[in-house]
Amino acid sequence: MGRYEFLEEVALADCAVDVEGNDLDDLFATAAAALADVMVDPATVPSTVERTIALTAPQLDLLLYDWLSELIYRKDRDREVFTRAEVRVSGAGPFELTARVHGGVLDPERTALRADAKAVTFHQFALTSTDGAWRARIVIDI
Amino acid sequence: MKVLPVGDCVWEIPPSEKPGMRVPARIYASEALLGQMDKGVFEQVTNVACLPGIVRASLCMPDGHWGYGFPIGGVAAFRADTGVISPGGIGFDINCGMRLLRTTLTEDEVRPRLRELINALFAAVPSGVGAKGFVHLSEAQFSEVMVQGSGWCVKHGYGWPEDLERTEGQGCLPGADPAHVSARAVSRGRDQLGTLGSGNHYLEIQVIRPGGIHDPAAARALGVDAPGQVFVMFHCGSRGFGHQIATDYLRIFDQVMRHYGIVVNDRELACAPFRSPEGQAYFGAMTAAANSAFVNRQVITHRVREVLGRVFGKDPRELGLSVVYDVCHNTAKVERYPVDGELLDLVVHRKGATRAFGPGAPDLPEAYREIGQPVIIGGSMETGSALLVGTARAMAETWGSTAHGAGRTMSRAQAKRRVWGETLLKEMEARGVIVRAASKSGVAEEAGFAYKDLAAVVDVLHRLDISRRVASLTPIGNIKG
Repeated sequence: MGRYEFLEEVALADCAVDVEGNDLDDLFATAAAALADVMVDPATVPSTVERTIALTAPQLDLLLYDWLSELIYRKDRDREVFTRAEVRVSGAGPFELTARVHGGVLDPERTALRADAKAVTFHQFALTSTDGAWRARIVIDI
Repeated sequence: MKVLPVGDCVWEIPPSEKPGMRVPARIYASEALLGQMDKGVFEQVTNVACLPGIVRASLCMPDGHWGYGFPIGGVAAFRADTGVISPGGIGFDINCGMRLLRTTLTEDEVRPRLRELINALFAAVPSGVGAKGFVHLSEAQFSEVMVQGSGWCVKHGYGWPEDLERTEGQGCLPGADPAHVSARAVSRGRDQLGTLGSGNHYLEIQVIRPGGIHDPAAARALGVDAPGQVFVMFHCGSRGFGHQIATDYLRIFDQVMRHYGIVVNDRELACAPFRSPEGQAYFGAMTAAANSAFVNRQVITHRVREVLGRVFGKDPRELGLSVVYDVCHNTAKVERYPVDGELLDLVVHRKGATRAFGPGAPDLPEAYREIGQPVIIGGSMETGSALLVGTARAMAETWGSTAHGAGRTMSRAQAKRRVWGETLLKEMEARGVIVRAASKSGVAEEAGFAYKDLAAVVDVLHRLDISRRVASLTPIGNIKG
């Protein structure tokens, strides 16, 4: 899996994170892991739920926005948080995503809760590629 | 970037400082508070100054800090006929706001049962990631919530009739349109009424300490009687429902801006002309979320009344558990102001800023009409909060707006490095403040040292006369997400 780093000097009250993936699929999977890390201690989420997610967007960066927004939406609708994802991104505009996500239902007795992610912002939102590696900056409203 | 002093606690960044600025940016702060503001504030307040239809200036209150789109503490008014509306000027937590309840209880009466009270409130008002509430509604009933706001609660036994007049806009902003709300927003937030959320959201038991009443006449009018009196204050918003509406429309506006030839410096400032179909659709949906936030706080009020009634064995009316006031932080509302000799309808965006209407405002209940609108400013969980009133000066200077909190000076990660949540809980308990939290790390993030000095922020508001200091409130118990 790729890497992510939470940034301290951007949007003080919120949560900025730089994500790097070995390829585009990895970037999307790593961004999902970073999002889960914002909301819970991933080690305390039971791996009891698997879901398939399919999305389409006209731009690649919007696909990333929609992907993370979908995970935040499911956290509220179903109380499900996904700590691991296998992602496949394809297409050349529109772009398509299919993902298998793994996680569990939030259980305050077992799950160490962190911050309730409200949304992905467009502030400093960026998705770039250099020499095959993909990077994204994401600011999450919490 | 040049930040020039233009008056006591008033600073301006002239339009020459950034290409595209249509008006100056104006920051209200003491020199010390200005020095504590991060660089994001200056970038963001000047980005807002570039938006189409902005009137007079892009404003930042003394609690301002780096947000997304607008700075937190940002206020801007746009002409309703030619200006824009921007979700980034309102925030994802639409109508995040504060409510203050008074009681006739004293600290001496509450202290022996404080732990029981905090535990009961923690159980009755769900908090933390993905929390659901006890009110279960059909889609049709939730549409009623969107349109009727707090009035829906009174009809369904979750409020007292007099609560409405003590809520900004009587707890129901006009223009809500469920037809412009997505099914996703409804399914995300329908079950979350009566929940706190997390981050800087909290519910506190507070007291007035000796010396905590600064304006006895205004305090009396607001039901603040004497030192030792106990209050309940809470801070929360429209939960997942509002977050989803903002997400939906930010995504739409990002795509439609080019159609209207609008270019913004920060993509989060995505906007559309207020009078465009997209602008009106967002306004209808955003207002629906604002009304749901009033309902959220009203349902929490109901739960607080139930809990205090049970713990103290009295009817909530006997406990004097009335609403002092409820104010919004994150909204855009159409308000009318004189501009260059003409009365104009303006779309006033307040993001992390509080409405602060002065004496005589028709929106105010009779009891408050002479003193001005109550302004509830939440400080940190360690240092306390403030009650103020709006002024005529605010109407003239800041579109009837003021600060909303102390304002952060430290990132959440820095705060967590400096103190462990569990340690802070113990330290606060040793100081007589009992805290129950859904997230221990969240407690550390909200430590008092992560915020500016609330007294310094309030002092600037008072000196500028955009709000008048009435009372200081000190926490003795806190529940947070």
